[in-house]
Amino acid sequence: MKQIKVLGSGCRNCEVTAKTIAEAAAATGIEIELEKVTDLARIMSYGVMSTPGVVIDGQVVHAGGVPDRKTVEGWLS
Amino acid sequence: MTPETAPTADTRALTPWLWGLPLAAALWVAVYWHLTDFADLAVAALSLSRDTHWGEAVHFFLYDTPKVLLLLVGIVFVMGVVQTFFAPEHTRALLAGRRLGIGNAMAASLGIVTPFCSCSAVPLFIGFLSAGVPLGVTFSFLIAAPMVNEIALALLLGLFGWKVAALYLALGLLVAIGAGLVIGELKMERYLEDWVRAIHLGETAAPSGQGYTWPERFRAGWRHVREIVGKVWPYVLVGIGLGAAIHGFVPQDFMASFMGRDVWWAVPAAVVLGVPMYTNAAGILPVVEALIGKGAALGTTLAFMMSVIALSAPEMLILRKVLRWPLIATFVGVVAAGILLVGYVFNLVL
Repeated sequence: MKQIKVLGSGCRNCEVTAKTIAEAAAATGIEIELEKVTDLARIMSYGVMSTPGVVIDGQVVHAGGVPDRKTVEGWLS
Repeated sequence: MTPETAPTADTRALTPWLWGLPLAAALWVAVYWHLTDFADLAVAALSLSRDTHWGEAVHFFLYDTPKVLLLLVGIVFVMGVVQTFFAPEHTRALLAGRRLGIGNAMAASLGIVTPFCSCSAVPLFIGFLSAGVPLGVTFSFLIAAPMVNEIALALLLGLFGWKVAALYLALGLLVAIGAGLVIGELKMERYLEDWVRAIHLGETAAPSGQGYTWPERFRAGWRHVREIVGKVWPYVLVGIGLGAAIHGFVPQDFMASFMGRDVWWAVPAAVVLGVPMYTNAAGILPVVEALIGKGAALGTTLAFMMSVIALSAPEMLILRKVLRWPLIATFVGVVAAGILLVGYVFNLVL
């Protein structure tokens, strides 16, 4: 199971990102654990400056802007 | 993967863009040059005359709406593509350790082209500081990034022409550079919140600006258009509608009495009025254009617009998480002073 974190202070783009990931996971049948990180100090500890950021199993894979559905599916597979 | 396979896939993805973009551009230009004809035709078809209040208002609306929307789409697309070359991480690396002066000028310029959303102002702020970007330089970036934005430029270009748009760009940069210099000289680092100073950045995240292919850049541009134009078009419509009403019905020189250039208090009043309003340049500008047509002074108007965008109450509340009040007060004071100066200079010169 993949541990996925969406980093962002709760703006709309962060919500969209989390939703895209959840949908992609549901569509491909991959089990994930999705967490939204809104605490600024924690976000910064990943070195992400532009939100939303995405962390998969401790690795920052994306920062700044909503990722494409295709890109998300690429991370999951 | 062999090196040969990737370029072919890219080339295939690129082909539709290479055909589509020039076609779209040609169409864009063709429509743009015939906007007056279209508005004239439509007004005639409604059997209205431009000598009447209604005729003038409808003509204004039908001419300005497509014009502003076209400019928005064009400029926002280009900016969306340009922004793929400037990730915030990259900008930060360019600015780290820069001295005041040259650093402020670079920061303000990079503020225009680096993708920026006010919701990530705080992480960006901390990210810059912790990477060794001086406080004054960081502020130059933070002031320029929202103030000189593609929406404001597109609207100014559409409604006031390229000279005013260029002046706004230059003066916006000047205010950002000047304010950053002053804040840097005042050495206000001690007014950062303690937890901000304590933060040490983790491993730098993978820069998101690298490894873009051209089709991806074009797609990013198009996404930018959908996101931004999709958000602001209702404001543009309402704004132009209001502007059209003012244009058609408010008597000539009505505004000159209290927003004209010889009213000294108009500029500060415009700045103060702008603070509680928040980034609705798209809705405010068309109204402003109509007011200017009725005798309001351009400097006063530009000061108002800069104040609306650069000094917003919500943004200050966000910044309060990382800054103590003395620093916020200085920030507001310095930026407001810069905007006032811009307003007066404009009123004097034009």
